[in-house]
Amino acid sequence: MALGYTMVYGIIQLINFAHGEVVMIGCMTAFSVIVALAGSGMPPLVIVGLGILAAVPVCMAVGYIVERVAYRPLRHAPRLAPLITAIGVSIILQHLALLVWSRNVIAFPQIIELKLFHLGSSDNSAAISNVQIAIILVSVAMMAGLLALVYKTKIGIAMRATSQNPLVAGLMGININNVISFTFVIGAALGATAGVMVGSYYGIAHYQMGFLLGLKAFSAAVLGGIGNLAGAVLGGILMGLIESLGAGYVGDATNVCFLNQFLPGFNDVCLASPESSLFGSNYKDVYAFIVLILVLVFRPSGLLGERVGDRA
Amino acid sequence: MSLLALEALHVSYGGIKAVKGIDVTVDEGELVCLIGANGAGKTTTLKAITGLLHPAAGRVMYAGEEISGRKSFEIARRGLALVPEGRGVFPQLTIEENLRMGAYARDDKPGVAQDMERMFSLFPRLKERRAQTAGTLSGGEQQMLAIGRALMSRPKLLLLDEPSMGLAPLMVEKIFEVIRAVSSEGVTLLLVEQNARLALEASHRGYVLEGGTVTLSGDAKSLLGNPQVRQAYLGE
Repeated sequence: MALGYTMVYGIIQLINFAHGEVVMIGCMTAFSVIVALAGSGMPPLVIVGLGILAAVPVCMAVGYIVERVAYRPLRHAPRLAPLITAIGVSIILQHLALLVWSRNVIAFPQIIELKLFHLGSSDNSAAISNVQIAIILVSVAMMAGLLALVYKTKIGIAMRATSQNPLVAGLMGININNVISFTFVIGAALGATAGVMVGSYYGIAHYQMGFLLGLKAFSAAVLGGIGNLAGAVLGGILMGLIESLGAGYVGDATNVCFLNQFLPGFNDVCLASPESSLFGSNYKDVYAFIVLILVLVFRPSGLLGERVGDRA
Repeated sequence: MSLLALEALHVSYGGIKAVKGIDVTVDEGELVCLIGANGAGKTTTLKAITGLLHPAAGRVMYAGEEISGRKSFEIARRGLALVPEGRGVFPQLTIEENLRMGAYARDDKPGVAQDMERMFSLFPRLKERRAQTAGTLSGGEQQMLAIGRALMSRPKLLLLDEPSMGLAPLMVEKIFEVIRAVSSEGVTLLLVEQNARLALEASHRGYVLEGGTVTLSGDAKSLLGNPQVRQAYLGE
């Protein structure tokens, strides 16, 4: 998902805050398709595949329309204008989804049977599920495909050329409007796939899910260095690790019973609920934003970002 | 019939009337230069031809067809290439990718590959650095790349904006050698230059632009001998 962000940013230097909503719509569309087909007796993988196949074109269309209607008229406006528009678009998309899919949290049907593979011999060892493996494989494939597209194909080079100098790109006979539309469409397609993955991972979908996802993906993109594809993936992985490890370890470190050994006063709480901690997994989302803030303070260009001064 | 004809062309640029009704023609196979001081309207004229600016009045005719008002990518696809002022290479693309972008509108892969080799033999420096990003090149090398990139489109008409600007004398000489070679291959050229002597020596005909109007025009040799030109632009 961070890939979609970074890609659009890389080409037109616009933070597309509506990307989270594109992911949400992808998730919702796939949900509808999967629910409709769940009873049909088709093999589960085929149904999920059809869900993705439906989500991708829907999101592509959304991406295209958004670019066409909301961003293109503002291409020469000051940068703040499209940014605000992006927030507006995100609200509009949320409420469209609200109309279509209602405001309830919907359970993503678990039609693929979850299988856990333990890495160690015992049942308590680290485990990975088949869904997680599928997600990893799909992400790697998307990354490889995207890199090949951007670095090896003519349209990919044209995308990079357009981002560096749109006027001269036009002089080369490149239709920049088409190139930018294409960028949005690809970004949205990635978002759709991400949406299906998120849905099948968490098992639930909600019309406001895009907001937090969007912010997290944005943080991941910034962490990796915005505008840098490999950076986006690295940022995404790190962000995931930071979230889970942070929630786990900081949770343990602030466990009330553990704290009770040093600070008196937690005794009652410890007795009442020995499992609770001050900053446990409920604070999972916080870590992502702590990272975002730290990156912005100490290395605004991100881990793999190019320094802005390199431009000749 | 001329390949390019500007008819009573007016262009405004940032609220200022930069070009005030000029008539310029370029015949097929010719090398024509526009000379004049800073702010005379030379670059604005080229921008109006290539669709980066739209004329306020008058027309740009190319190969018997009006192109004014069209988008720049459409104009470029008709075989009109501009080497922009300040070169405009894509700094983060490699040299090879820059050249490939020049041939963006072409479909014949073998022809493009062949032309790529031709550019590398024309500019051996670029061949040595083909996998480097263009931003790492010197100004002169970037100018070569910009010219090579424009030639990759196999243009019928090549427009050059201040190719000598900011370059060392040796490099300027090399660039003008290339310009003459391209011209002798039959490509039509319109050259905008502040270095009037170099431009006139290379050209067949010339126009002198002053304050947005054409004040003098004619044979390059006769312009070189014209006392007004000698005084104002050749520093004599």
